[in-house]
Order: sequence, then structure tokens, then C-alpha cells
Amino acid sequence: MAYEVNGKSIEADEEGFLVNINDWNEELAGLVAKDEGIDMTPEHWEVVNFLRDYYAEYQIAPAVRVLTKAIAKKMGPDKGNNKYLYELFPYGPGKQACKIAGLPKPTGCV
Amino acid sequence: MGEDMEEEYEGGIVKKFMFVNRKAPYGTIYALEVLEMVLISAAFDQDVHIAFLDDGIYQIKKGQDTKELGMKNFSPTYRALEGYDIEKLFVERESLEERGLTEDDLLVPVEVISRAEMGALMAGMDVVLTA
Repeated sequence: MAYEVNGKSIEADEEGFLVNINDWNEELAGLVAKDEGIDMTPEHWEVVNFLRDYYAEYQIAPAVRVLTKAIAKKMGPDKGNNKYLYELFPYGPGKQACKIAGLPKPTGCV
Repeated sequence: MGEDMEEEYEGGIVKKFMFVNRKAPYGTIYALEVLEMVLISAAFDQDVHIAFLDDGIYQIKKGQDTKELGMKNFSPTYRALEGYDIEKLFVERESLEERGLTEDDLLVPVEVISRAEMGALMAGMDVVLTA
């Protein structure tokens, strides 16, 4: 499949994950989020940006458990817990937030 | 058989796993595949050990630059292992010395042990996977 942003076609796999992480921009993120039924709020962006930073540092999309722990460490337990993250991304913070962030599907995520 | 497996799972049996890396990081897919296997294994709460021997040591050497190879430099991912609670990393001293390297050349904290100690450690594992 592909996303259309400003008349430009951006390639994605059959599940909607970007083929090339460098194609990502904020406008595209908004479009992917809309496809996922998510209205991006500052809280959503905070997680998406966290994931992008994580990827830049470690070159992988983290497993949900690892993401939750890392967010707790950086932003405190109010945000680094399953309830908060699943409320933002009901189909899974790993899968949905990574897709919006332009990251590959987390390793080991089926 | 299905029931037995379930019982075993619910009993929370934890096995000692060791992933043994012997090959250089690039040129073959082994290093990357083992790394993915390690990351996946973390989800199953097993007692995971990683060993670096021979050219496998180059997988965790600092300062990797893959631009000319046209391959992704996945070495930063070894630094993510700590967040996955995988902290039992072992390096064979002889392999390090043969390559003129020291612990300071490595990206992640490891325990450097002798060839003999490595053998003993392996003997105590339930599962050893080598690549």
C-alpha cells in the first residue's frame, strides 16, 4: 500500500508500516493516525516522539513492555503504565504508535 | 501433549539459554538474526545469556560504520538489551586478546571470562544456540 501526502506517494507495507523510515513527516503521521482512528493530541505526540528518539538511539522499535518501562523512567509512572498507553493507542502502543511514528513493526510483535 | 505443555508453561519453568555469537556482524545474516532471536526470547522470561567468541566479538565493537557496506548498522541495538533485562553478556578473553582488543573497545558492559570458564558456563546451560 501507499500513503498520499501533498501529492507525493509514500510506500508502506501491507499493514501500513513505512518501508523507508526517512519518508516520515508530521503530516504523514497525522494521516496514519487518522487511518487508525486516532486524533493526535499532545499526549499522543509525546509517545510518538519518544519512540522516534528511542529508534534513533537503538535502531529498533521497542517491545511494549520495554517501551512502558522506558517511558516510566523518563516521564514518570503516571504515563509509563499500560492503562495510560492503551487509552492513547487502543490497539496497542507498540503496534499503533510505532506505525504513526514511521517505525518498523516491533520485533517479536505479531 | 498440548496439556502437558500448558502445565509446564503455567508452572513457569525457566530454562538457561545461551546464544553464542562466533561470526563478524556483517557479510552474513547470522548476527542480526541472533540479535532478533534474543530480543524475542526476552518476552518469555527465560534466563538468557549471550556469549561473544572469535569474530563474534566484532558485533559489539565500538565505532562501527556500515556506510560503505550499504547495510544498516545495528550495533546500537546491543545497548538496548539492558532495557529488555538481558544483562548476562560474556566475552571470551582469548578471543579479545587474539584481536588486540580490550573491554574498553566494546559497546556494552560485559563479563570477560577465559575459554575454560566459557566452556564450564556452556556446560551448565539447558539450551545453547550457536551462530
